[in-house]
Amino acid sequence: MNPEDLKYSKEHEWARVDGKTVTIGITQFAAEQLGDVVYVDLPAAGASIAQFAKFGEIESVKTVSDLFTPVGGKIVEVNGAIKDNPEKVNEDTYGEGWLLKIEITDAAQLDGLMDAAGYESHTAG
Amino acid sequence: MVPFGGWNMPVQYPAGIISESRSVRENCGIFDVSHMGRIEFSGTGAVGFLDTVLSASVAALKPGRSKYHVICNERGGIIDDAIVYRLDDERCLLVVNAGNADADLEWILPKAEAFGDVSVDIVTGQTGMIAVQGPRAVEIVDGLSGGTASGVRRFRVAEIEVAGIACLAARTGYTGEDGFELMPPADRTAELWAALRKAGCDECGLGARDLLRLEAGLMLHGNDMTVENNPYEAGLAWTVNLDKPGFIPGEALRRIAAEGTGRIIAGIRMTGRAIPRHGMAVLEGDTVVGTVTSGTHSPTLDADIGMGYVARRLAAPGTAVEIDIRGRRVTAEIVELPFYKRPS
Repeated sequence: MNPEDLKYSKEHEWARVDGKTVTIGITQFAAEQLGDVVYVDLPAAGASIAQFAKFGEIESVKTVSDLFTPVGGKIVEVNGAIKDNPEKVNEDTYGEGWLLKIEITDAAQLDGLMDAAGYESHTAG
Repeated sequence: MVPFGGWNMPVQYPAGIISESRSVRENCGIFDVSHMGRIEFSGTGAVGFLDTVLSASVAALKPGRSKYHVICNERGGIIDDAIVYRLDDERCLLVVNAGNADADLEWILPKAEAFGDVSVDIVTGQTGMIAVQGPRAVEIVDGLSGGTASGVRRFRVAEIEVAGIACLAARTGYTGEDGFELMPPADRTAELWAALRKAGCDECGLGARDLLRLEAGLMLHGNDMTVENNPYEAGLAWTVNLDKPGFIPGEALRRIAAEGTGRIIAGIRMTGRAIPRHGMAVLEGDTVVGTVTSGTHSPTLDADIGMGYVARRLAAPGTAVEIDIRGRRVTAEIVELPFYKRPS
C-alpha cells in the first residue's frame, strides 16, 4: 500500500523527491492510527527547518500527534487546502493529503530514510 | 483493538469514528457492549438492600422500569454510575462500567451480606449486550421482533424475541438517540449482531460511543467523575433520592447538598480552533479555574466541545474562558449541557 517511489521516516512521514524539491506528508499507517483528522497545523512557507525537526501538529478525533519532517531545508510551499479539508489526509494520503514542499539542503539526507519495503517491516514490528 | 476494562474492544471499525457517529445520528448504529458489568440482585431483601447503596429509589421503581443513578461511598464520593433495571418484585439487574465492576462489588458485597435476604450474582458472562441506537433503531428492531420492540417504552425493560433470539430488551442507551440495549444469551450474540447488520445497522466502536455520549452531555466515569467527586458537583443531583431508609451515603450527601460545592461540571465549546482534552487547564486570565475532563470534535455540531469542572461563579452559559492547549491559550465559552438533543 506504500508507493515504491517514495522514501519513509521512522516517524511515519513520506517524502517524494523531484529534483531539489521534496513533497512530504504522513503515511497511510499514521493516518489509519490517527483516524479521522480534524486539524493540521502547518508552518508558513519561507521558513527553514532541520531534518527530523518538529514542524507542526496533526489532530484527529482520537488524539493529537507532532509532525516531524523527513528532510530539512527551506519550506517552499504549504498545502493550504488541508486547513479546510483535513480529511484529505485520510482520503488521499499520498496525493492531495500532502503537507509541505521543501527545498532540500543536502540530498544525502535521503540516505537516512527507508524505502517502501523497509518502512513496511518498520511498521510490522 | 485496545484493552478496555479487561476486554479487547474496537475503537473504530473501518468506516471510522466520524462516519460511525453519523450513522447513529442519521440511521442506526450497533455497539458491542458485552463488556458492561451485569450484576443480578434477588431475594426478598433485594430492593430494600439496593436502596441503601444506589442513589435512585428502587422501591419506587415499578417492575419493568429502569433508572440511571450513581453508587456513592459513605463520604458521597462516586464509585460508579449505573442503570438499575427492576425485573420483578424481588429481582433487579444492575449494569455497571466494566472497569468499575470490581470496585462496585468490593463496596456492595459485604453490605449485601450484612443486610441479608439478598443474593448477588455476577451474570456478565451469561449474556451478550448489543446497543442498537439511532432514529431508525425502533423501526429496525420492530422489524426483527414482529413489532414487539416498540411496545417497550423509554427506560422500560422486557423479555422479547429479536431475530428469533430471546433477549432482555431495555429501551436505554448512551448516545442521546432512541434505541435499545439488547441482552441475548452469550452464545447467540454474534448471531444477533449479524441479523442487525443485515437489517441495516452500521457497526460502531468505542470511539464513536465516546463522541456520541459527550455530544449528549452524558458523563463517563473515570473521566468526568471519579470517587473524588460527588453527585452535586457532577451535575447528577437529579439522580439522588435522599429519603430512603438506611441510605448509606445519605448523611454525607445531605451535608454536601446543604453546604454547596465550589466547582461544578460545565459544557465547554471552543471558540478558537482546538480540541480540549482530558486534564487540560481552564483559565481565566492567568488563573487556573478548572479542568477539562472530556473533549472531542463534534461532527454533529461541527464544533470542538468538552466538559469539565469550573469554579461555580464561572459556570453560567456564555462565560468566556481559555483552555491551555499544550501551552497555547485558546478561547472557549461555557455552554449548557447537553450539546445535542435529538429532535423529538
